[in-house]
Amino acid sequence: MSPAPVATDGQSGRTPLVDPQRLAVGFASILRRAGLAVPVGSLALFVDSLDAVGLEDRDRVYWAGRAALIHRPEDAGLYDRAFDQFWTGAPPPRSVLPHVAPVVLEVPAEDAAPPEGVAPDGDGDLEVVRYSPVEILRHKDFAAYTQSDFDEAHRLLHRLRLAAPGQRSRRLEPAPGRRSGQPDLRRTVRRALRTGGEAIELSRRAPGRRLRRLVLLCDVSGSMEPYSRALLRFAHAATLARGRVEVFALGTRLTRLSRHLRSRDPDAALAGAAGAVPDWSGGTRLGEGLREFNDEWGVRGLARGGVVVILSDGWDRGAPDALAEQMARLHRVAHQVVWVNPLKAAPGYAPLARGMAAALPWVDDFVEGHSLAALEALADVIAGPPHRPSRRAAGGQLA
Amino acid sequence: MAPSAPDSPDGVAAGLAGVGYLPDEGLATAVFLAVTLQRPLLLEGEAGVGKTEVAKALSRWTGGELLRLQCYEGIDLAQAAYEWDYSRQLLHLRAAEARGDDLAAAEDELYAERFLVRRPLLLALAGGDPPPVLLIDEVDRADDEFEAFLLEFLSDYAVTIPELGTVRAPVPPLVVLTSNRTRDVHDALKRRCLYHWVEHPDFEREVAIVRLRAPQVVESLARQVAAVVEAMRGLELYKPPGVAETIDWATALAALGRTELDERVMTATLGTVLKYREDAERVRATGHAGLISAALARGA
Repeated sequence: MSPAPVATDGQSGRTPLVDPQRLAVGFASILRRAGLAVPVGSLALFVDSLDAVGLEDRDRVYWAGRAALIHRPEDAGLYDRAFDQFWTGAPPPRSVLPHVAPVVLEVPAEDAAPPEGVAPDGDGDLEVVRYSPVEILRHKDFAAYTQSDFDEAHRLLHRLRLAAPGQRSRRLEPAPGRRSGQPDLRRTVRRALRTGGEAIELSRRAPGRRLRRLVLLCDVSGSMEPYSRALLRFAHAATLARGRVEVFALGTRLTRLSRHLRSRDPDAALAGAAGAVPDWSGGTRLGEGLREFNDEWGVRGLARGGVVVILSDGWDRGAPDALAEQMARLHRVAHQVVWVNPLKAAPGYAPLARGMAAALPWVDDFVEGHSLAALEALADVIAGPPHRPSRRAAGGQLA
Repeated sequence: MAPSAPDSPDGVAAGLAGVGYLPDEGLATAVFLAVTLQRPLLLEGEAGVGKTEVAKALSRWTGGELLRLQCYEGIDLAQAAYEWDYSRQLLHLRAAEARGDDLAAAEDELYAERFLVRRPLLLALAGGDPPPVLLIDEVDRADDEFEAFLLEFLSDYAVTIPELGTVRAPVPPLVVLTSNRTRDVHDALKRRCLYHWVEHPDFEREVAIVRLRAPQVVESLARQVAAVVEAMRGLELYKPPGVAETIDWATALAALGRTELDERVMTATLGTVLKYREDAERVRATGHAGLISAALARGA
């Protein structure tokens, strides 16, 4: 190994590291501090890559690192900053995690029928059996929840049955006893061995069924604040309860939360998701967010044949036309589009918010989402047989 | 010019250019590493940026046979790796029985290599000099079960056939995987690969690509087409045109005998570049004339 100079300017006073292994480890630790996962396997690959391209050419080192350490285009910006810092001694990047505004829920004064049996504060050794007013809680509006309500609700949410309409899989499975389906010759030959080489019965294979993908788009704007936390918990429960769930936050921009919500620990999952969203309780541009979703994920395949659930009150600061256009695109690829609007439960509600009115023609099911009972109903809508009286009509308007 | 060991990314770039593919520095480095370290290369990027073409160019350059596996939902081992030739197996059994042979012996023969039907993954393990180039195209279309199988294949370059044992490559093939990102490819799979996100080429490179792939297109037209396409990519279209569309468009214009872009011919041939009605509307709203005059200024 020739003692090649490392591509630092040498003015930072750091001793240049020339051993590619130490150098790779140092760089990886910077990446990790910046929030990027660097598995040991990738690190080893990076060391080998440095051996292959050498250390003399800064650009080569840059691209070798990208090929070995980065696995998603979203991470490229982070990598660039870390690379600059490490190789040119630039000032360290500022914390890349955006400032997270905590989600605060309004806790109403103890007025409307406080739940019975609230434990008296400060008297620890008095044993109080907490009466769990499940029925009351089920119908209570999330906007009126207390912290303990939330804890209880979360427990209940975990019990939600979240099946989804099955979709014919393209994968063939053995279908014993079936008279239809493609011949399964592999199995037929195997069975023929048992009967002395005579194929007596033809085994068959037929397509199985599998879950449709469930895509949840949660509006996290200011007007949804009382509900977004509960809806995120719903999203987390859904993620754990069944496979093939994708979750996105819709604010002034689109944030993918699926990875964060896969954590088993609910607090870690929600904290991770909250940290990932840069614009909690900001404004909404539903049309813009949906466009980003359609462009980057939905129309490409994520929403195709899936059940798409939009959780939003329909208040949109963007142009209604833009929202309608994106809803139409979404409706064309999705199996079922469900809109969950917590305001729908209010007496006398009519979908007059401009965004809501624009979107409605492309919604198959329009449901409430303000309480646990409403979310249970939502789970049924997702699980139940799709009914879509509006689909034909909407299709007609489209053309 | 067997590139048994290209000595640098520049060597790769030159080699690929020689067979009609112009990679940028990042891609050349990633390919160089894939060849040198014998690692699979995962390419992601917008549709039409030339991901699949990388594998084809690699095959032309190295002279290794191109084995292509197009992924789709439900693809399984029988289509990807191997299958037994069942009808021949059955015939063999019947013949053995008719001859009055020992059936136990006939059974043993049943799973011999001569009854094996080899599919691309298994073929890629046959080795050869130069080793084959295996293209696993649109891996995001396959399902999780298939991805799990690919893990073994990509880390060991081996396929285990229960009846025969493990088939291992004497020389690992060059493996290129592509994905359009319709879903996330599993992390475990990504970790086994070198990764490169393929971008749209910059203006000069795109002109060079058009000139290389469609030599009948005159320089001025190639520059105008590349400039208009570059402008279109900034218009927030549903499907921004890729390099493939640029080449198609230039070829179409050349076929019409054009050496210059004008408004009328642009309207007539727009369908080779834009594949959504809404996109065509948006471009029309922007104004064809404006795009062309900007392109003329840029191309000069």
